[in-house]
Amino acid sequence: MLDVIIQLAINGLLLGGIYALLSVGLTLIFGVLEIINFAHGEFLMISMYLTFLLFSVFGIDPYLSLVIVIPVFFLFGFAVEKILIKPLLNDPPLNQIFATIGLGLIFSNLALLFFKADFRTVKTFYSNSNIIFGNYFVSVPRLIAFAIAIALIAALLIYLKKTFTGKAIRALAQQRKAAMLMGIDVHRTYAIAFGIGIAAVGAAGAVLMPLFFVFPTVGSLFSLIAFVVVILGGYNSLLGSLVAGLTIGLIEGFSGFFISPHLKEVVYFVLFIFILIFKPTGLLGKR
Amino acid sequence: MPILGVHIMQLLGLNNVTTKYGDLTAIRDVSLSIEEGHIISIVGSNGAGKTTLLNTISGVLPCAEGTISFADKRINRLPPHKIVEEGIIQVPEGRLLFPDMTVLENLELGAFNSRSRKSIPSLLDMVYSYFPKLKDREAQLAGTLSGGEQQMVAIGRGLMAKPKLLMLDEPSLGLSPLVVKSVFETIQKIKSDGITVLLVEQNVFQSMMISDDVYVLENGSIILNGQGKELLKDPRVREAYLGI
Ligand SMILES: Nc1ncnc2c1ncn2[C@@H]1O[C@H](COP(=O)(O)OP(=O)(O)OP(=O)(O)O)[C@@H](O)[C@H]1O
Ligand SMILES: [Mg+2]
Repeated sequence: MLDVIIQLAINGLLLGGIYALLSVGLTLIFGVLEIINFAHGEFLMISMYLTFLLFSVFGIDPYLSLVIVIPVFFLFGFAVEKILIKPLLNDPPLNQIFATIGLGLIFSNLALLFFKADFRTVKTFYSNSNIIFGNYFVSVPRLIAFAIAIALIAALLIYLKKTFTGKAIRALAQQRKAAMLMGIDVHRTYAIAFGIGIAAVGAAGAVLMPLFFVFPTVGSLFSLIAFVVVILGGYNSLLGSLVAGLTIGLIEGFSGFFISPHLKEVVYFVLFIFILIFKPTGLLGKR
Repeated sequence: MPILGVHIMQLLGLNNVTTKYGDLTAIRDVSLSIEEGHIISIVGSNGAGKTTLLNTISGVLPCAEGTISFADKRINRLPPHKIVEEGIIQVPEGRLLFPDMTVLENLELGAFNSRSRKSIPSLLDMVYSYFPKLKDREAQLAGTLSGGEQQMVAIGRGLMAKPKLLMLDEPSLGLSPLVVKSVFETIQKIKSDGITVLLVEQNVFQSMMISDDVYVLENGSIILNGQGKELLKDPRVREAYLGI
């Protein structure tokens, strides 16, 4: 039994790393721009299709495709911020909600148009391979995805801590007016932060592809996960999102075994409601 | 223009500036002129429009009518970060530090503009010579500082931006008399280092004492202007702002 629990914990934790990467972008965007990106899951879906195309058309390995996906998604996010989000920043929250939900709907319908409702995945030579540690199996694509996710999150944290643009992003999240008065270009910094958030979710889509399959509405499942992670992580703490992502991965690992893998969305919803009732400030939340 | 052999130059000029919040006119037809190297004070009671005026100069609020020029360049219509590049720095009311950043990070962000960014080490030395205490607090989170220390960081952060004109919005607000005294000493030191200062204060007596020129703002309009020590004799000022 202990072996089973450890095995489940390994699987869950590795998955949790991807969930964390998926969610840090949502957290960053919320923390800096104070808007909720309801199209977050659909950005993930597009990145999964892009990774799929790069693999099936050009034979580019999903992990290698990160060097394309990350910059492309940064620019994608940057452009969406400039075109769609910026004009709405001073609007009532409802307009922003409709705008990002609408964007997500456009994305998933375009995907339906181009790719039909089929499930697609990439089959690599390592897709089903495992490493065996004593009594435990570690899935190779999960392990690689986890390592890449943690490395990218660490790189993001260092970027925010050390570079001038990173500090400007944090400054804007903490004290918008003072940031402005210190000469930070608010609109440019917003677009960069949005671009980074979208690049992060794009990277998550790429590393997810060897493990999962993509279809036009796959985004809604992952949006739900991302929202649970962000709320559990305390809304605007990236470190909180990392811890929460790992936690949700673990919970999914265990609930899939002890309850049922088919009920995982129900488990997320129940969790979602429980957090909102009992710990609305999240795991590491202060206020 | 040379007057009596002394070269006096207007650094900041406001010409009939009007600022609105929707339908509410908060600043009406304000004109003023600040000469290089001076300390200018704007005094006025709560809600007179002092903060609104500074935010208009900083470009945070749009100037609905009139013009603002700085060193002979039109600056109204520039976004706030461009105005910082020009050398106009505001130390806002209520300090507005970055609470979850250290004192050092707050100061470094003061030097965000391209004129200052390359000289951070020497600028830090300059700020620590003003406020030696901050050197010991470098690693402390700004949100955990005392009010007086926070004001030091706020002014220090402003100085890090290499201001040509430093605008201070109620720097003595909420501080004990001893700390207030040191804030006013700091302001005089800033002037003697060649930085022009625009001071907004409710501490009318002390700001008039150190100012070269004072504007009294009421309901968004300038009602009096003159040398600080002269205005202190004006019965209207004595009654309205000094209670004597
Ligand atoms: N964001 C805003 N929206 C609408 N009205 C505002 C806003 N900010 C200020 N006002 C109004 O504009 C007027 C001037 O306000 P302002 O803050 O400039 O005054 P102040 O002289 O700085 O006052 P204090 O000494 O209290 O700081 C006030 O009547 C105020 O209610
Ligand atoms: Mg004010």
